[in-house]
Amino acid sequence: MSADAPRASSLVDLYAIAYQIEADAVERYTMLSDQMEMHNNPALVDVFRDLARAEGIHRDEICRMAGDFDVAAHARKVARWQIGDSPESADLGAAHYLMTPQDALRMALAAEQAAVGFFRELLADARDPEVRRFAAELVEEEVRHVTLCQRLLQRYLPPAGGRPVRDPDPPASQA
Amino acid sequence: MSATLAPACRPANYRSAVKPIWCPGCGDYHVLMAFTRAFAELGVRPEQVAVVSGIGCSSRIPAYTNCYGFHGVHGRSLAVAAGLKIVRPDLMVVVASGDGDGYSIGGNHFLHACRRNVDLTYVVMDNRIYGMTKGQPSPTTEPDFDTALVPGGTGMRPFHPLVIALASGANFVARAFSGNPAETAGIIVEAVRHPGFSFVEVLSPCVTYRPDQRAWKDRVHRAPVDATDDAARAARRVMTDDGFNLGVLYRGNRPPYAPPTGKAITDLAELEREFEI
Repeated sequence: MSADAPRASSLVDLYAIAYQIEADAVERYTMLSDQMEMHNNPALVDVFRDLARAEGIHRDEICRMAGDFDVAAHARKVARWQIGDSPESADLGAAHYLMTPQDALRMALAAEQAAVGFFRELLADARDPEVRRFAAELVEEEVRHVTLCQRLLQRYLPPAGGRPVRDPDPPASQA
Repeated sequence: MSATLAPACRPANYRSAVKPIWCPGCGDYHVLMAFTRAFAELGVRPEQVAVVSGIGCSSRIPAYTNCYGFHGVHGRSLAVAAGLKIVRPDLMVVVASGDGDGYSIGGNHFLHACRRNVDLTYVVMDNRIYGMTKGQPSPTTEPDFDTALVPGGTGMRPFHPLVIALASGANFVARAFSGNPAETAGIIVEAVRHPGFSFVEVLSPCVTYRPDQRAWKDRVHRAPVDATDDAARAARRVMTDDGFNLGVLYRGNRPPYAPPTGKAITDLAELEREFEI
């Protein structure tokens, strides 16, 4: 695992890390949805809102599994990435106001693939049997998400001609 | 879902209901995230924080938080912030600016804010362009940045904010990259905790007028050495680095500015005598 990634030495650590990953994903997709709303790209508002909702369901499921344990508070202590962000966070820097549902799904796919990679490394690193069991479940779940993104990508055909070559509302640069 | 954290200690609790209008892809979104994470980490309530800014894309940030905010005059954010901190030392004052606002119009305030060393944190989102006014070169734009407005580039040597800050007396100097919001938040936390004037340069890409800056994420790297308390050494390092070294670069130990503690004049006649010619 990369040196800056958090380690799970117990099941509650892993709950916290998984919670933080999902919470960060919700935050990013919500921000992207808001951005698309402000920039009048309604199709993308819905796509990002749905993605945020889906990640929110996973976040809440982890809280439910943790029972009375305050997983959010524990996440603030143990689920920290020293460099970069948690693996499932969509890349805000890749956003564009003319992005298409295809672009959004590619963004989501990259995030899900990063999550698979992270949990696989965590699984390989883990010694505690409970941590290993839950890490394996998380890998399986994230793999399912990757498959879903790939399926959706096939369903959402790119718009004819792809992204408009000519931006109908370009930045009025003096360049 | 269980949670024992005070509501104000979650980053989301520092966000206002106003949705940012920055271009999608703008680095300033990450800086906003870093601000709210830092405030949560510091455990301050929104009403204990004042976010002061000037003019420009980056200076919109106070509206996107629910802390006290002052969206001020172009380039004058530091003057407002210093005055505020002196009369309300209980507030945590964070100043947001950009390379145009902070180094051109506000350049002189920058020098004297460093020199004065009031206990505040100055975060400059540097994208080496005037974004809000559609792409003119700023003081940190590369000399050969070629546009129709400046054919062949300005030919002028860019301003070096970190060196200027060190030479002028800033007590804490750091560089961050907006694309690493967790790291940026950590640096802001450290900057706030460090007494005196703390300066944080955040490389924050403008994807609209400088799409080439999307490549910054592959160029940034951690500074190979730890921070020093020797301003001259820190200045030599930043003058010779590649401009993409990240982290805390300098921690000084100058005492922060303290206003004179002389007896305040409360008698009007006595005050009038002071102004007699």
